Amino acid sequence: MKTMFNLNQIDSEGLGSKVNMNTENNSQSSDAVNALEIRNLNFYYGSFKGLKDINMNIEEGKVTAFIGPSGCGKSTLLRTMNRMYDLYPGQRAEGEINFYGNNILNPGQDLNLLRSRIGMVFQKPTPFPMSIYENIAFGVRLYENLNRSEMDERVEWALNKAALWTEAKDKLNQSGLSLSGGQQQRLCIARGVAVKPSVILLDEPTSALDPISTGKIEELISELKNDYTIAIVTHNMQQAARVSDYTAYMYLGSLIEFGKTDELFIKPKRKETEDYITGRFG
Amino acid sequence: MQSTSSTLGLPSAKAVQIARRQRIQDFLFHAITQFFSMLVLFVLAGIIGSLLINAWPALKTFGPGFFLDDEWDIVNDQFGGLISIYGTLVSSIIALAIAVPLSFGIAVFLTEMCPDFLKRPLGTAVELLAAVPSIIYGMFGLFVFAPIFGDYVEPVLQATLGKIPLLGILFSGPTNGIGMLCAGLILAMMILPFIASVMRDVFEIVPPVLKESAYGIGCTRWEVVTRIVLPYTQAGVVGGVMLGLGRALGETMAVTFVIGNASRISPSLFAPGSSIASTLANQFGEADAGLHFSSLFALGLALFFITFVVLALAKWMLLSMEKAKGVKS
Amino acid sequence: MSQIANINQAVFARRQRTNKIGLTLSMLAMTLGMIFLIWILATLFIKGFAAVNLNMFTMSTPAPGSEGGGLANAIIGSLMLIVSCTLISTPVGVLAGLYLSEYGDRSKIAAVTRFVTDIMLSAPSIVIGLFVYALFVAQVKHFSGWAGTIALALIAVPVVVRTTENMLRLVPGSLREAAYALGTPKWKVAFYVTLRAAKSGIMTGILLALARVSGETAPLLFTALNNQFFSTNMNAPMANLPVVIFQFAMSPYDNWVDLAWGGSLLITFAVLGLNILARVVFREKAQG
Repeated sequence: MKTMFNLNQIDSEGLGSKVNMNTENNSQSSDAVNALEIRNLNFYYGSFKGLKDINMNIEEGKVTAFIGPSGCGKSTLLRTMNRMYDLYPGQRAEGEINFYGNNILNPGQDLNLLRSRIGMVFQKPTPFPMSIYENIAFGVRLYENLNRSEMDERVEWALNKAALWTEAKDKLNQSGLSLSGGQQQRLCIARGVAVKPSVILLDEPTSALDPISTGKIEELISELKNDYTIAIVTHNMQQAARVSDYTAYMYLGSLIEFGKTDELFIKPKRKETEDYITGRFG
Repeated sequence: MQSTSSTLGLPSAKAVQIARRQRIQDFLFHAITQFFSMLVLFVLAGIIGSLLINAWPALKTFGPGFFLDDEWDIVNDQFGGLISIYGTLVSSIIALAIAVPLSFGIAVFLTEMCPDFLKRPLGTAVELLAAVPSIIYGMFGLFVFAPIFGDYVEPVLQATLGKIPLLGILFSGPTNGIGMLCAGLILAMMILPFIASVMRDVFEIVPPVLKESAYGIGCTRWEVVTRIVLPYTQAGVVGGVMLGLGRALGETMAVTFVIGNASRISPSLFAPGSSIASTLANQFGEADAGLHFSSLFALGLALFFITFVVLALAKWMLLSMEKAKGVKS
Repeated sequence: MSQIANINQAVFARRQRTNKIGLTLSMLAMTLGMIFLIWILATLFIKGFAAVNLNMFTMSTPAPGSEGGGLANAIIGSLMLIVSCTLISTPVGVLAGLYLSEYGDRSKIAAVTRFVTDIMLSAPSIVIGLFVYALFVAQVKHFSGWAGTIALALIAVPVVVRTTENMLRLVPGSLREAAYALGTPKWKVAFYVTLRAAKSGIMTGILLALARVSGETAPLLFTALNNQFFSTNMNAPMANLPVVIFQFAMSPYDNWVDLAWGGSLLITFAVLGLNILARVVFREKAQG
């Protein structure tokens, strides 16, 4: 767990200077692999432009956090990565999102296949109206053919990954809705992990939970990044500072600054970033 | 780290196959559900079509004047729809005239005056009343209500309203109970719970702040209802009333038992008559193919047309009410 | 000063009076409605129970003029008609409701279908009977239980469609999104997640459709007709309670009239029972 640092220590050098948004962040090491590369992404809700010319990379095996005030487009951006917006007519994206070299904004892209490789956990816990076991087995069964014992193993493995096994192992046949709020969210994480995607998108996963559950899930995120690439949207800056390797600050649909979390929080390159981080505006 | 690098984000070959199969399944799902939902359109077309085809001989023989002709002579093959149409319209109008104010009162009571602990049981009672099948109302009307109506109420009406110069003719003639007025009353009892439920539902949509601001300037409860709630919900109320009208027009059993089934038009409300539904119910079983049969279908066509127009208008009003709720709430 | 106060008093008193009158009338209306309800149900129970005996359930309908008899054939016939109607109308209604809720926002046809379905909900059932007669009975030249089933289904389907659609729309979009996020194809999201989540509401709709159809007479008059004898042959005229009541009630025979009351009681029990069951099912699941 990263420790809280004193935001008053922000060095005033280099602040306020305009950073050309088109020059990429050079905080990545040269042999880093990118799970997702976003190029010139624009997003429209009808005629309203929700995302303006986004360019960034999501590095494999790392946690990338998106922060910014309400309405800045961070959830919108996350939802383009698994094309969740496709469910709603009137919403469309232009540009490129390369998932291991494959542009997923291509109209020929099979969305179900994509979403089996890029999973998502939502703000509100959404257990399916089924037993705990079935909640997890449901997603696995979509694309894999496991026999009973293999499925049992996978369910146990997923619940372990979500730190829910000890609490749930004796009630696997009970409805997913019988769990508490924090447990339900961990069930949703287990569900997402069970299908072994490459990337997991987390959309404000702890904002509906109490502090203890929040802490547990933040621990989970730190462990999960060993096996998955994680992108997390959070309105809680401290959470971003705690769990992520890279942070992107967004405002009004544009990507203002992107860099290693330590650098961005201690020495933000843009004044707008610093204003947000120090709480000069909400 | 190794596991993510090796998967490289690519789905397995099997997964690709599964995805292809799923695309076909989704296509079938869309097609099948769409087909079933469009069935109702096919049925509607079928109804109109079959009514027209079977009514055609009568329409061709008698022309459009059929609907204004008050002859119904089975023996001589002379048919006109006026008697039945008159009966349908008059009984429904009587039913509305009685049911609408009563429904309004019930809706006002349920939303404004009822103590909380009674709200659910009374509301449920009203809804259950709406669920009682019409044949029960028919039985009740024929065996219980009509005799009492004929023995006690009709004479009183004749003695009082029957004495008024022009209006009196409505209340003249033998007081048998069975007849147009009785049919209208039984119909009123039938559609009363239905209209009351709809009114209560739209009254409850009114935002409390609207009512509270009226109370705040000193309005009485009645004024709040008539000047705030009613105007706000007027489209819904009219829609509900028209839905009730639609039901009354098409009602068969409740009316057939008590309307008397006479093949003539009388000026008196006490006299027996016929409605389209009662004519069909009584005569269709024995009608020989030919003009009688075809005329009955023509009556059915008229009924369907009238009801369809009324219901479409009602639905349109209720939709505009829902839109207003969406805007204002 | 005092004059102004007097004027205000007069207006105020009038308003108070109007208020009192209006509210009293409303309460009277409610009372009147309750009186009718109790009167009708009481009559039904008294006359109906008088006719109830073992024979009603074991013997078939009596021939004109003969003594005694029962309603066994009509009861069985009604049950068969209602069950077969449910078997047809449930899948049709649920699938149609699925279409309207899952695809219905994007298409004009869906809006028209919804409109027409609502109208068919209140369409005169006797006209439905005419239609089914013209289509099925006239072609094969005989009445049948199947024709009756189809007529009843045409009345039940709109009810199931609307309640299914409304219940499905109540399922939160986030639940659907969670399923899509796993890569679930649309049809599986609909069946395994959305439909399951709305299960109790949809069952309520089916029960309400059943209740509605149990009491319908007019659509059966020209389709299933009636059968004096006991028969389970759906391909021939089928005895059923509503038409039996209709024929017996207006007859000159006392035992026929008694049986009509007994049958009325049975139908009312079935209809009210189904309605109450539907409410209980819905309330339980909503809380559980």
